[in-house]
Amino acid sequence: MAGNEPNARPRAPHLQVYKWGPAMAVSILHRASGDGLAIVGALMFLWWLGAIAAGPDAYAAFVACVWHDPSPEITLFRQITNILGKVVLVGVTWAFFQHLFSGLRHLILDTGAGYELKTNKMWSALVIAAGVLATAATWLCIMAGAL
Amino acid sequence: MGDGTQLGKVRGLGSAKHGSHHWLQQRLTALGNILLVGFLFVSLIRLPLGDHGAVLRWAANPLVAVALVLLLVSVFWHLRLGLQVLIEDYVHGPMRLLALVLLNFYVVGGAAYGIFAIARIALAPVTAGPGGM
Repeated sequence: MAGNEPNARPRAPHLQVYKWGPAMAVSILHRASGDGLAIVGALMFLWWLGAIAAGPDAYAAFVACVWHDPSPEITLFRQITNILGKVVLVGVTWAFFQHLFSGLRHLILDTGAGYELKTNKMWSALVIAAGVLATAATWLCIMAGAL
Repeated sequence: MGDGTQLGKVRGLGSAKHGSHHWLQQRLTALGNILLVGFLFVSLIRLPLGDHGAVLRWAANPLVAVALVLLLVSVFWHLRLGLQVLIEDYVHGPMRLLALVLLNFYVVGGAAYGIFAIARIALAPVTAGPGGM
């Protein structure tokens, strides 16, 4: 079984021995963003759906927790969850775009295209840049609408 | 591992002839996610998210409710495949089995919770109250 081998056996070199490049970064970010969406994103979505179904009071409590508590004397705990909620939502937005663009890259790689070193490097860097730019554009739109 | 001998086959080792199953399902659910999560993203941007009545009317629309149910199936299927690979890469020994069982509980339970929430929203009797239809 894996994990039970004697220590004398050779081990695969891990992250630290490789020179970082865009292709390696985008591969790791694909997994990191996917796992973030799978756990944090999915749970936030379920929480939201449950709050819609539970009625106006439960929905107001959800909004007061993750976005903005409208009560005049807002507690320190609510202030923290309001900030944390926005941080998580920005993070989920970035993870969504990163995973979407990186996933599209994988679907193209599946056809056998894009493995030439320069092409691969360029698209890897573009995926990372596009993820950040799309996240920034989304939140600029949200903030412009909120003002 | 199984070497294709008859003994290996009896023990369930070696190729199960399902080599592309996981790979293909991951791609197909990815395509579903592009459409369905893309629809959700556009909806979230356009909806007045602070208004429970408006969000409820949106989610109760039969087409939206069906899209949300399909989204839950596609997303939870896809994330199960992805987290399975994560566990297989980093969790070893008996903990791996436990982690995979917990993953399946999370996926089936989470999807069931979400689909039931949509059923409650879409099938709720229309009441003539404030914020109602």
